[in-house]
This record gives sequence, C-alpha cells and structure tokens, in this order.
Amino acid sequence: MFNFAAIYALLMREALIYFREKERIAAILVSPLLFLFVVGKGLSGSSPVEGYTYQQFIFPGIVVMVILFTSITYGLYIIWDKRLDFLKEVLAAPISRTTLFLGKALGGMLGGIIETLLLLVIGMAFVMPLPLWKLLLCLAASVPVAYMITNIGLIIGARMKSMEGFGLVMSFLTWPMFFFSGALFDLATAAPYIRVVALFDPVTYAVDLMRYVLIGYGYFPPLVSLGALLGFCAVTTALGVAAFGAIQQEK
Amino acid sequence: MPPAIITTDLTKRFGALTAVDSINLEIREGEVFGLLGPNGAGKTTLINLLATLLKATSGTALVAGRDINREPLEVRRNIGIVFQEPSVDDLLTGRENLWLHSLLYGVPRAEIKGRMEKMLELVRLTARADSFVKTYSGGMRRRLEIARGLIHQPKVLFLDEPTLGLDPASRKDVWTYIRGLKDAGDTTIILTTHYMEEADSLADRIGIIDQGRIIELDTPDALKRKVGQDIVYLTCPPGTLEKVKHLPFISEGIEEDGRIRLTLDDSGRNLQALLKAAGDVEEVEVRRVTLDDVFLKFAGHQIKDETENHSMFERIAESNSRR
Ligand SMILES: Nc1ncnc2c1ncn2[C@@H]1O[C@H](COP(=O)(O)OP(=O)(O)O)[C@@H](O)[C@H]1O
Ligand SMILES: [Mg+2]
Repeated sequence: MFNFAAIYALLMREALIYFREKERIAAILVSPLLFLFVVGKGLSGSSPVEGYTYQQFIFPGIVVMVILFTSITYGLYIIWDKRLDFLKEVLAAPISRTTLFLGKALGGMLGGIIETLLLLVIGMAFVMPLPLWKLLLCLAASVPVAYMITNIGLIIGARMKSMEGFGLVMSFLTWPMFFFSGALFDLATAAPYIRVVALFDPVTYAVDLMRYVLIGYGYFPPLVSLGALLGFCAVTTALGVAAFGAIQQEK
Repeated sequence: MPPAIITTDLTKRFGALTAVDSINLEIREGEVFGLLGPNGAGKTTLINLLATLLKATSGTALVAGRDINREPLEVRRNIGIVFQEPSVDDLLTGRENLWLHSLLYGVPRAEIKGRMEKMLELVRLTARADSFVKTYSGGMRRRLEIARGLIHQPKVLFLDEPTLGLDPASRKDVWTYIRGLKDAGDTTIILTTHYMEEADSLADRIGIIDQGRIIELDTPDALKRKVGQDIVYLTCPPGTLEKVKHLPFISEGIEEDGRIRLTLDDSGRNLQALLKAAGDVEEVEVRRVTLDDVFLKFAGHQIKDETENHSMFERIAESNSRR
C-alpha cells in the first residue's frame, strides 16, 4: 500500500520548491511575529502563569500559529496544482491515492517544522532561553501538529474548485481555530462558551501540548493533549485519503 | 501477440452528455494509432479512460493486458501520457522533473541517471536540463513532456494533441521523435489530433471520432480510397483527352481552364500508364485525396450542425482554398 520511492519523490518535490521560495518562508512569519512582539509586549501586564511573562505565555501559541498558517496555506495550494495541471502527472502515476496523500502531507509537514525551528530560534534570542532538549522536544511536538493541520488544508483543498475560497477558509476556519485555541489566554479562566468551542478545536490541543513542553503549564494533562492530537491525526488521515480518492480528472 | 488495447463498449457520460459512446477498438502492439476528430469529439476523454484517470460509466478496456476498471495501478505502470495541456512542473528544472517522475513510476534507482541522460539527449534538451521549466518555450516543454512520458519505458504511450499550439518547427521536431519511436517499434502509440496531416503522416491506422463514436477506422490510404479518387491535371496539346479517356482506371475526364482534369483510381500506381498513353505532356499536377476530404465525407454533415466547431470548419475551408 505504501510506495516509499513515490513518497520520497513527493516529499522531495515539496522540499525543492519550499527552499526556492524564500519570500514565502519569511512572509508567513510576519503575523505571528506581530502577535509575539506587539500583542505579547503590549499586553504585558498580567500573565496567567507565575514566573513567566505574558509574552512567554503566548509564545507556544505563536509557535502553533506559525504551523497553522504554513500548513493550511500549503494544503490549499493543491488547488493551484489542480488548476495548473501539475497534479495530473501525479494522479496518472502508478501510485495509490493513499501514497499520494501521505507524500503530500509529509511534504507539507516539512514546511511547518522548518518554520517552527525558525521561530524557536527567534524566541531563544528574544523571548526566553531554551535548552537544547526543550528545542528538540518542541520540534518533536510540532510533527503531529503540522501533520494534522496539513491534512485539514489538503482535505479542504482537494474539495475546493478555485482559489477564491482561500480567503473564506482563512476567515472562517483558520483565524477562529487560532483564537478559540487559547493561544492568547488561559482557557481555565475563559468564558464557558469559549471553553466549549475550544474542546472541538484541534488547535487547542496543539497549543496546550506546546505550552506544556515550553513552560510546563497545561489546561489538559499532556497525555490528553497528545492523545487528542494523535486522534485528530488519524481522523484527518482517513478523511484526506477519502478526499484524494475522489479527485477526478477535470479536463 | 495480444493486442495492446482492446475496448469493449467503453462509454463515458457527463450528465446528459455522452462524451465516449460505446467504443469498440483493437489496437495492435507496436502500432501507431491516430485518433482524429474535431474539438469536443471525445478524444481526451477516451484517453483519460484508457489511462484510468476517469472512471468509465460502462464498458471496459484492456490496456497492455490489464483491465482499466479492476487493475488501474497495473495499467498505469505500463503506460506513458503526454497531456494535451502541459503538466511539467514549472517550479522545477527539466532534470528534476525527469528524476521525480522516474521515482514515481518505480524506475530502478541505479538506472535513473542513465535513462535521464538518454532521454534528454533524445529530445535535445541536455543543454537546458538544469534550467527551470518556467524559462522553457512551448516546444521545449512539450519535448520534456515526451521525454518524461517515455523514461519509464511504457508499453503504451498516449499522446494527446502533442503538437497543439506549437510553432511549425517544433511541430516537425515532435513528428520526427514520434517517427523515431515508431521505427524502434516496441512502443504502441495512441495519438490524438485534429490536424489531418499529422494523422496522415504518422499513423498506421486512423480512427475518426465524432460525438464520442468511432465513425470510420482504416489505414490512411484506405480512408482516402473510400472517400474518392485522385485527380490529375495535365497540360498538353489538344486531342490528348481523347487518347486517355478510354483507359480503364479513368472514370471522368474534362477540359478545364486550358488543361484536362482526370479523375482516376490510385494515381500512385496508374500515373505511369496514363502518361504513356497521353504522350506529349507539358505539365502534370496530381492531387491525391487528403484527410480533409475524408473528414468532410464522414463527419462533415455533423460538424456543420454545430456552430461551436466553426474553427474546425474554417480550417477545412482554409486548407481547401490553399489547394
Ligand atoms: N469533466 C467534464 N465534465 C463535463 N463535460 C466534459 C468533461 N470533460 C469533457 N467533457 C465534454 O465531453 C466532450 C468531449 O470532450 P473531450 O474529450 O475533451 O474532447 P476532445 O479532446 O476530442 O476535444 C466535450 O463536449 C466536453 O465538453
Ligand atoms: Mg482534447
């Protein structure tokens, strides 16, 4: 069922393209950095966690934000592939749709993890000191997060017909997922409706796990966050394989 | 040898539109099969069905001995496609395109490099292999795509309008490659086109497709014979017409614009005898039946009914007036 040479090929394509579009790598960091250095510093009065500044408190959330924006954007990009017919060559290859989906998802994960690394390095310099093991643990945590979010992007991208929907997805999905996740505040003291919505937001668990890794504070126990993340990974994989199976030749 | 392709009542409907209408075809191994038809005839849809990119509404086909409905991955392993619209990856170089494609199609790692160089050589892209595809001309992309379609050594190669939108020089190039493949003899080629000359000069057999149906299928020569006879114009002294009129292969002879116009069977074989009988001839002009005539005969009345196909019509009118 898995064709490793093909997955490698799909991954390599994304890697080659990713490193050639350096402006995109930088552009995606802009909003998160604004949040980190303007909102983070501007609202510096109260931190929900003792011993950490507000900026340090939201830093894990901003890490997840970077992954969220990188991976959703990547996933939606397959609409371009579809329209420009690049996907056609891959759809015609002797590989299963499962292989194709995994190759695409892993390719997208790569971008999310690299952006995470960049942000962590910036954070180490300006936000909080990070020992190497924490850095590595953070990168490890970004793997399921990036995978899950790439999957969500790919599922939507596989069903969408044109790039016009891009703005809609960002306004109605990406930003709400970010705001409800508790990236910028502590869910424990949030209004009840926010806490209810947050339970259904996959990003909540990503932020919570990342926060546990970075500052040792979590709304859920870490195993619950991790379990929920892995659950979302499994469900989105299944949905993604199904969505890719339904992609037909359009022209 | 089993046929490379057999289709059985292959049908594809898009809602109320039947794009491919119970097609039954048999294509020999090593054959170059031309699929000739106007825009919207169903050529691309038929190729997409055979390449397992679309699911058939009903009917089936064996491609390289594999069933398109039950073993799509096996079918894909044995075919190469050059799409109507370019699908090489703009953001990569030519060489990277070939490399990734080889991995996707399971070319053994050890062989990839060698085959890549050979293919680049074949399509004369070696010098530009490391440039980004976005800097290539239309002809170069098409050539890269042909190289890509061949690098995994498919048994069956589909070429969907391989010269569409190319300048005449690039078109000649592509024709040359296709002839080269044909001479090498081990790849079955299915070529779609709406250029008469293209099908005529490349294909062993031509299927004429219109509104999803194969309305005629034969060798180019046989098709031309079916459509009618060749015409020979002779510029010669008065009285020659009487000398040749009675020849058995001449069906009609008239004087026209100071020369004589003869309608005859198979000018290729009979021209010698004709000239011998005519004696003193100043000038000879032979017009063999072309595929334009074939089309007008088999599909012409149908095309006339559809306004959206007028570009096709214009092309026919144009090539008629050029004569
Ligand atoms: N995905 C599709 N959905 C609906 N109609 C389609 C689709 N693909 C092709 N068609 C229709 O099927 C017919 C055949 O199209 P096509 O196979 O592309 O023709 P050709 O390649 O001979 O120009 C056309 O009328 C076209 O509009
Ligand atoms: Mg077509």
